[in-house]
Amino acid sequence: MKPALFAYVAPQSVEEALELLASDEMARPLAGGQSLIPTMNFRIAAPSALVDLRRIGALNGHAVEGDVIRVGAMTRQRDLERDEAVQRANPLIAEVLGNVAHIVIRNRGTVGGSIAHADAAAELPCMLVATGGTVVARRAGGERTIAAEDFFLFHMTTALEAVELLTEVRIPALPPHTGYAFQEVARRHGDYALAGVCALVTLKDGVCSAVRLAACGVASKPTRLAEAEAALLGAPPEGEALARAAEAARDYATAADDRQASTDYRRDLASALVRRTVTKAADRARERA
Amino acid sequence: MARPTARKELIGQSSDPRVPVSMTVNGERVEREVSPRMLLSDFIRHELRLTGTHVGCEHGVCGCCTVIIDGKAGRSCLAFAVQADGADIRTIESVAAPDGSLHPVQQAFRECHGLQCGYCTPGFVMSIVDYLEDNPDPDLSEDAIREVLSGNLCRCTGYKNIVAAFRRSAELMRGSR
Amino acid sequence: MSTRQFGEPIARNADAALLRGEGSFIDDIDLPGALHAAFARSMVARAKIRAIDTSAAESLDGVVKVYTCDNIGALDAPLPLLIPAPDLTHPKTQRPLARDDVFYVGQSIAMVVAVDRYVAEDAVRLIDIDYDPLPVEMDLERAVADDAPRIHPDVPNNTAGRFRVETGDTDAAFAQAEHITRVKIRLERSTAAPLECRAIAARWEAVTGELTVWDGTQATLSVRGGLASLFQIDEDKVRVIAPNVGGGFGQKIMMFHPDEVLVPLASMELGRPVKYIEDRVENFIGASQERTQIHTLEIAATKDGRVIGLKDDFLHDTGAFIPYGIAVAHVSSTSIAGPYRIPNFRVTFRPVYLPMVQVTPYRGCGRPHACYAIERAMDQLADELGLDRFEVRRRNFIGKDEFPYPREGLIFADGLQVIYDSGDYEEALEKLRQAIDVEGFRAEQAAAREEGRYLGLGLGFYVEGTGLGPYEGGHIKIHPITGKVYVNTGLTDQGQGHETVFAQIAAEQTGARVEDVIVVEGDTGAFEWGVATFASRAAVCSGNAIHMAAVKARAQIVEAAANMMECSQEDIELHDGAAWVKGTDRKAMLAEVATATNPLRYAFNEPSKSATQFAPASRHDGPPLAEGRTPGIEATDYYSPPHATWAFGAHAAVIEVDPELCTIEVKRYICIHDCGRMINPTIVDGQVMGGIAQGVGGAFYERCEFDEEGTPLNANFMDFLMPYATEVPNAEIMHSETPTPLNPLGVKGVGEAGTIPVAQVYASAVEDALRPFGIAPIREAPLTPDAIHRMLKQARTS
Repeated sequence: MKPALFAYVAPQSVEEALELLASDEMARPLAGGQSLIPTMNFRIAAPSALVDLRRIGALNGHAVEGDVIRVGAMTRQRDLERDEAVQRANPLIAEVLGNVAHIVIRNRGTVGGSIAHADAAAELPCMLVATGGTVVARRAGGERTIAAEDFFLFHMTTALEAVELLTEVRIPALPPHTGYAFQEVARRHGDYALAGVCALVTLKDGVCSAVRLAACGVASKPTRLAEAEAALLGAPPEGEALARAAEAARDYATAADDRQASTDYRRDLASALVRRTVTKAADRARERA
Repeated sequence: MARPTARKELIGQSSDPRVPVSMTVNGERVEREVSPRMLLSDFIRHELRLTGTHVGCEHGVCGCCTVIIDGKAGRSCLAFAVQADGADIRTIESVAAPDGSLHPVQQAFRECHGLQCGYCTPGFVMSIVDYLEDNPDPDLSEDAIREVLSGNLCRCTGYKNIVAAFRRSAELMRGSR
Repeated sequence: MSTRQFGEPIARNADAALLRGEGSFIDDIDLPGALHAAFARSMVARAKIRAIDTSAAESLDGVVKVYTCDNIGALDAPLPLLIPAPDLTHPKTQRPLARDDVFYVGQSIAMVVAVDRYVAEDAVRLIDIDYDPLPVEMDLERAVADDAPRIHPDVPNNTAGRFRVETGDTDAAFAQAEHITRVKIRLERSTAAPLECRAIAARWEAVTGELTVWDGTQATLSVRGGLASLFQIDEDKVRVIAPNVGGGFGQKIMMFHPDEVLVPLASMELGRPVKYIEDRVENFIGASQERTQIHTLEIAATKDGRVIGLKDDFLHDTGAFIPYGIAVAHVSSTSIAGPYRIPNFRVTFRPVYLPMVQVTPYRGCGRPHACYAIERAMDQLADELGLDRFEVRRRNFIGKDEFPYPREGLIFADGLQVIYDSGDYEEALEKLRQAIDVEGFRAEQAAAREEGRYLGLGLGFYVEGTGLGPYEGGHIKIHPITGKVYVNTGLTDQGQGHETVFAQIAAEQTGARVEDVIVVEGDTGAFEWGVATFASRAAVCSGNAIHMAAVKARAQIVEAAANMMECSQEDIELHDGAAWVKGTDRKAMLAEVATATNPLRYAFNEPSKSATQFAPASRHDGPPLAEGRTPGIEATDYYSPPHATWAFGAHAAVIEVDPELCTIEVKRYICIHDCGRMINPTIVDGQVMGGIAQGVGGAFYERCEFDEEGTPLNANFMDFLMPYATEVPNAEIMHSETPTPLNPLGVKGVGEAGTIPVAQVYASAVEDALRPFGIAPIREAPLTPDAIHRMLKQARTS
């Protein structure tokens, strides 16, 4: 299981990287390599060249700036997970990252790499959709910001164009009066989710003034559960509203039967996880209040 | 069986292009010219002859090839040697003292019968050494330990004694601080 | 003073080197100038090969040679059928490289030898193979139909043979039955997945005509015999070494995987060392797998739950070939009655060819299947008769006074009659029952149900015929210079700790310190006779042989020491590396004893001076080496068991099922095991726990999956779900010790035991937990969350 031959370059700047990628459409950027390199070892992927982003200082580092956490694309997942300022700004991030593979993988895996990889069952993309985050895409001579919901198009397919490089991920801090929760069902700890749900619940006077719900593993991309959110809005996060939300979540589970789960099972999981994560998020919202 | 008739000339290496790399491995500076596709695991094992780092799956699941790269445990099968240019690498060969006496984590594995065939063991040891260096006062509950260990597969022990070895490692390392 | 070595939880001799990364696994061995092999493997399950074009591969830079069936000479023939049997009427084994036909995805078609593995894999992709695909039937039950496509054109119904074993009068028992319980169960394909894949390296020395093969095998001596035979070389010119081996679990007992003959061939032809290091995908698709059987089992019982007869008919998936004979299915058939008296039973079975990689033994070897079948049936019998699951078992156990308990007419996998030698099943179950606190659990279960939580108690009992013959040997020698005790045997170790338990056995007799005993195995150059490591037999066969040799060595030491210290033999005691005169501090170190018993001409050190010709102690009237004596302290002996010795045990688990998420949590897992006298309890526990973890894999996670065309769907570690630490329970392990009367040490095997009942325990527990939902009985392993979801859904809608 050895990869095919490729050329290797490790540019110092984003501009240089963009130029290299533009000059060879079979070239691929290399971030943490935790998803790309296995596919190369299997020879499922055989890029002509790897443009290693590790030397580009501008892609490293992360910071909490006001109500946004700016995360350089090459930030290692484990570094983000362990950062106390990030934990304070949005504790959901560490909770989600605790379910991403294993510590040793998160030590090398990058935040930008996982987002750009866009696996429909992956946890980080789901978190970005739930929090309403954005990604920054640079191209020669410019950059644009793409909302998470517009970024993820399909399993392993994003809105990123061939001439663009994902340089930064922006995650909103947890809003006031808001509780959070993430829960998933995976075959083994660290595996991709059969279904996972991220919930953010803002309580005002005991009712949901804002709700954001997103799921991974249940459809062809990380999916915002808008109908479930609507069922809760303006209602207390329990009882009938919660039951309606849980019921509404079912229909977002559209992934075809696969070796680990039937569509039917995923529908039930989406529903149960919405109920559990909303309840937990609401409890935390009350604790924070 | 007849003696070989079609003996080819000794062929040294493939025609892959070579790229210079230099890094520090177990405290020593090494410089080599390697194919860009050479996995770090193969570089460590076959170029440097540090064969304590094992290869169990070459797709990042089993953890046998775990080494410490720039102060963080990582899979050496999920990195190319060229990516480690300039890096500081620690392998299992660096863990025991130069006189061979065992590091507390190794000692704990021996005391607790935390290994059988020994193939996955260097990967576990490197993961745990890195973790305990980062977290000198770890959560020693059963679930927490198992979560830390969950990036490495073992087919022999059933993990129970590796969990015990983790606990004992933490204790021995605390004692030696 | 006595220092016990046998029975002590001594830390392992081998550990320090392995922990420092100083192990020596096959790919760690530096063979300068070595070439590397890779295989072109079939991409389709069943096809005619129209053409193979290797020209592009051959002309690739760095490629030394490409082998196909056309240029491997006499090796182009089906590989050996290792265990022939009269009723195996249609045996098929594969060729090293496919000729005209391929029979499964992964079958080797061509072997590339190149300067490194990267280039070898490049070349494999340049080999153009033109297939003409043929229809396949992947379903075990449909494959035996008259109109199913045949894998092998001359094998009707894809059936390798029809087998029948019977004891007692089954029909008469069924005629008297007051109750009949019928179950149909299915276990799925899994694989051993040792963390070190298979590996082989070979070096041919043209000048001396010697072939050295480093092979990660469980069977060095057998591989040597086979290679000598295939290549027509004297056995003495073939040396097979299994250095450190990273787990085997049965997969590495299979021999003559294609690479095992082709790599030596290439080394001989090319005059260079050649290495083949199997990768993980190849281990899935090209090595071997095991487990699928479908049993239809009926038990005839009295109204009070006594089982008087049993009928079992099963299909056994053997894959595309049956090189290891019917070993797995045969063990299933002869283990089907488990710990129960069941005096009358009949088992019929058919090994069936399916277009998948061959089936050879994997830890448990047919026993998990038999255990699942009989134990699922016992649970059902209990449910149908309204009996407690513990009680129904108790009523049927062979009593501790009924041993030896023969099953007339039943021949085990060693070719000898099935005779259970010893045990106390009832006591073991009772201990388990108390440990789990069944009454307390039932109260907790009822309380939990009130809260909408679902706890279940699972139970499984098993027996294991261990320590199969034909024989093993042991050689012991005390080194005159260092006093180290060398112990050699013909086995191989894949992590079981032989080097420590054999050292304990030798130390117990010779008085050496365990750390001074050096066990050498896995090298045909170190011991010439024996068979292999399999069937939980190392401690029984080699252990007893080493013990017997050590008893002889002890006698030699005592006699020599008594002479040296001028006392009577009764006054000598052996411990701490020396022979002592009882009650004094007078001693002779083992090195001195070994030196003194070897008449010397030259002195190298202090002790050796006393053994030279003019030393006072060496003065004799006759020749220095008396007639009939051999020099030094050295002995060899062999142990051949009269028949298998039957270990046993029981497991129980408390499992909580989340009926909404369909996930499970194992709250407690308790095991009681009996392998006779324990040589080293720590190592026994390790073996049991490791077995349980593999059982957990088979119970809930691991399954080799194929699509309808026969393409493997999860041949890698991402998709084949081997449990991590987070998936394996922290099992509580208890022991009982019923020594076997069959061998001097009183030991039984333990290697496979832990694996056997786990699927049953999980099934039984989940069934118990979900009883309030009225789910159908669980009949398949592995169980999965998706399956639990389906069962619950079915129960709700029906």
